[in-house]
Amino acid sequence: MKRALPAIWLVVLLTIPLWLQDQYILHVLITTGIFIIAAMSLNLLLGYTGQLSLGHVAFFGIGAYASALTTLGFDIELFGFRVVHQPWPAIAGLFVGMLVAGLSGYVIGRLSFKVRGAYFVIVTISFAEVTRLVALNWVELTQGPLALTNIPPYTLGFPGLGNYTLWNKAAYYYLVLALGLVAYVVISRLVGSRIGRAMIALKENETLATSVGIDVTRYLVLAAVLSAAMAGGAGSLYAHYLKIIDPDIFLFIYTVTMVIMVITGGKGTLAGPIVGGVIFGFLPVILRPFAAPAVQWILYGALMIVIVFMLPQGIIPALQHAIANWSGPTRDRSGALLAGSAKPGEGQ
Amino acid sequence: MEFAATVLILTCTYALLAAGIVILYKAGRVVNFAHGELYAFGAYTVYLVVAALGINFFLGLVVAIIAGALLGAVIELVLLRPMRGADIDTVMLVMIGAWIVMQNTELLIWGGVAKAIVTPFSDAPLVIGPVSISWLRVFVLAAALLLIVTTYVLIHRTKLGKAMRATFQDADTAALMGVNIKGIFTATFAIGSALAAAAGALLGPVFLVTPTMGDLASLKAFAIVILGGLGNITGATLGGFILAFVEEIGAGYISSGYRDAMGFLIIIIVLLFKPTGLFARAERVG
Amino acid sequence: MTPTLGAAGEVVLSVAHVAVRFGGLVALSDLNFKVFDGEIVGLIGPNGAGKTTAFNVFTGFLQPAAGEVRYRNTLLNGLKPHDIAALGLVRTFQRTSIFACNTVFENVLIGLHRRGRSRLWDTLLALPREKVAEAELANAAREILRVVGLEGRAQDTAGTLPYGEQRLLGMALALAAKPSMLLLDEPVSGMNASESAKVMRLVQTTRASGVTILLVEHDMPMVMQVSDRIVVLNYGRIIAEGSPAVIQKDPDVIRAYLGEGKKRA
Repeated sequence: MKRALPAIWLVVLLTIPLWLQDQYILHVLITTGIFIIAAMSLNLLLGYTGQLSLGHVAFFGIGAYASALTTLGFDIELFGFRVVHQPWPAIAGLFVGMLVAGLSGYVIGRLSFKVRGAYFVIVTISFAEVTRLVALNWVELTQGPLALTNIPPYTLGFPGLGNYTLWNKAAYYYLVLALGLVAYVVISRLVGSRIGRAMIALKENETLATSVGIDVTRYLVLAAVLSAAMAGGAGSLYAHYLKIIDPDIFLFIYTVTMVIMVITGGKGTLAGPIVGGVIFGFLPVILRPFAAPAVQWILYGALMIVIVFMLPQGIIPALQHAIANWSGPTRDRSGALLAGSAKPGEGQ
Repeated sequence: MEFAATVLILTCTYALLAAGIVILYKAGRVVNFAHGELYAFGAYTVYLVVAALGINFFLGLVVAIIAGALLGAVIELVLLRPMRGADIDTVMLVMIGAWIVMQNTELLIWGGVAKAIVTPFSDAPLVIGPVSISWLRVFVLAAALLLIVTTYVLIHRTKLGKAMRATFQDADTAALMGVNIKGIFTATFAIGSALAAAAGALLGPVFLVTPTMGDLASLKAFAIVILGGLGNITGATLGGFILAFVEEIGAGYISSGYRDAMGFLIIIIVLLFKPTGLFARAERVG
Repeated sequence: MTPTLGAAGEVVLSVAHVAVRFGGLVALSDLNFKVFDGEIVGLIGPNGAGKTTAFNVFTGFLQPAAGEVRYRNTLLNGLKPHDIAALGLVRTFQRTSIFACNTVFENVLIGLHRRGRSRLWDTLLALPREKVAEAELANAAREILRVVGLEGRAQDTAGTLPYGEQRLLGMALALAAKPSMLLLDEPVSGMNASESAKVMRLVQTTRASGVTILLVEHDMPMVMQVSDRIVVLNYGRIIAEGSPAVIQKDPDVIRAYLGEGKKRA
């Protein structure tokens, strides 16, 4: 039964656009899916590697802007030189976005080794804030508060079948679902491997990890780069879906949203960001007819505090404990490292 | 010379904010994300008192400080005390939750439109030689200095301060010596919050009062604290000065839009070379 | 390679004029000694003599203010702990010696990190050679658990183990890292007689497999029994060295211990 459950979920998710009439709900599903991918990437850095990075939205936004600018082209003056870029196909933006975001992840990763603890938190927040201010003020490149508009949707080329441009929501939904699955599989394979074990080890006991030969800097940087690249990819998805991007994407509130998703769902678990993402992605929808945005946020804040008080490890671990206690002492074959696999894993 | 005056004012108010953070950090290793909200709370309290109730501005200041202290105490009792001993990220999340709730409550009550606070100071500025500075700013400067000095005296010369310092250094031993640790933590939080509220109350009339005013302020306060090292009030004051100075220069020579970014860039650069802040003593952080 | 005792073997660890100062406090003033291939050397001394500081210097957690440490002729000064571990010099810890939130099996897998060589693409694409590598590591882990006697506990969370077994797991972690020399930090502290005996046997079998051992301990009977040679540290320098029989009668050593008022040693 347990193995069948993820497959059932998958089938349900696949069929949704076929029967769902409400375009608004589909829209929410898509944006929630994108944020879940971003949350999963944050979980890699925050949950598994234990780095309190609170600037994650910077990677998301950098990916979005890089992708948009790649596909829109730009013409700017930099240190007296004219830099012109012709528009590239939209799908290239996805890879450029991931690359540029990954690079900034490298910088943060190297920084995080030198700057620890509370200082690191502050530095990451500052980094996101600086990125926002740059996006806001470098008007020549980013249009500042006027936003980058008319971002073209992705066009996928199928050899022999011609090109397919993702104009409608249903197509986009499937793309997000597919990439979400890829992201999930990537993370699940990573954390179950030797590389993943090194990351978890350095979260749990860095001194001990280094004494058995684990190069802490290397794995911190790796986690940061992978996490940032994935977030950048999500950002690109966001940009090409909304077709408009402005500096507000870098607001701290988006980082907070991702952090809430990860921690309430269960940091360091595979399903945590998904559960958290669904809850905090759909809560606004449910509350919309009843409450003004300000009231909604008050409720989220309160909800977050309540969940953290009652279930400090998050929802998934709490569920696991409940199930374990209820069904007796049957050991989970896959062990604690893959805890939280309520969704499809890869033959583990 | 207008430049110097602005720098001085900013320094003092930043220092006030930063001092609050430093105190709270020393007390419980808490990086207080709700700090900016207490700053905004202070400003809104003064607004309420002055604009809505028509009461004297100075009284409003006092009310703001006391209310800030009370709110801080409540937050400590309700949110932080039960969390003592938990993961740092768990505590961080609770404080972020508090931040969200407080800011949106303000949004709900007052709306997003900026509010102005009318002060009894005349519009005609004080002129000393080449310097022309508004009376309001003079007052803010004086008040901020007074508060910083008072805090310093409180911590270093009073019995309460002694108990606080003992608790910061080694809570267990202090407890064995008969210090009421729980009470000290609450008092510390109250004092730190009062400082933040005071900063907000003082700067409210200078700038405008909005629900998001706390965000940038607290980010800057953190920046200052880093410049000065997380354990150090003197360092925080110096850091405040450096940040204010750099910002004003930045606004002058580079575009003013990047002004806020200057501070953050400085921080990132400083931390790259001195990971524990410019003036930190050998502090074990995190 | 049959381990030979004493000066006939090659020098594995050489410590020359090492000094460590913490502000005004001198933790190590002039530390000099050598460890030869295949030996079990016991490092003893009153509390505060500088034994843990010495370990921290040898394994890269602390940089000495003066002096040199060489492992098989490679200079260790300036190297990071993981580099030193990669050379084959591995230590255990007295406290926080395990990864408490993972299972015993996973702990050993982590310790086996050095033995693996996985590439990111292999992992992400779940290539067959990755599966093969993982299976090899799993086998190695099971073997190590068998050697230390913890195979029955493989799926238990490490933090729930009783103290003695946690220390055994700590040793398993160190063994997993494929050491050619092991630094044991108070391996039997806090243990009862039967647990200590287990550890002693483990130390001896480990040496028999070719690993040189330097251990720090306060439990005198244990140290005297298991060591080939004893080195005594006091006030940051070596005050005596020799066989257990000789050391036990050395007046300087006796004075060092009784002078501090320590009865246990």
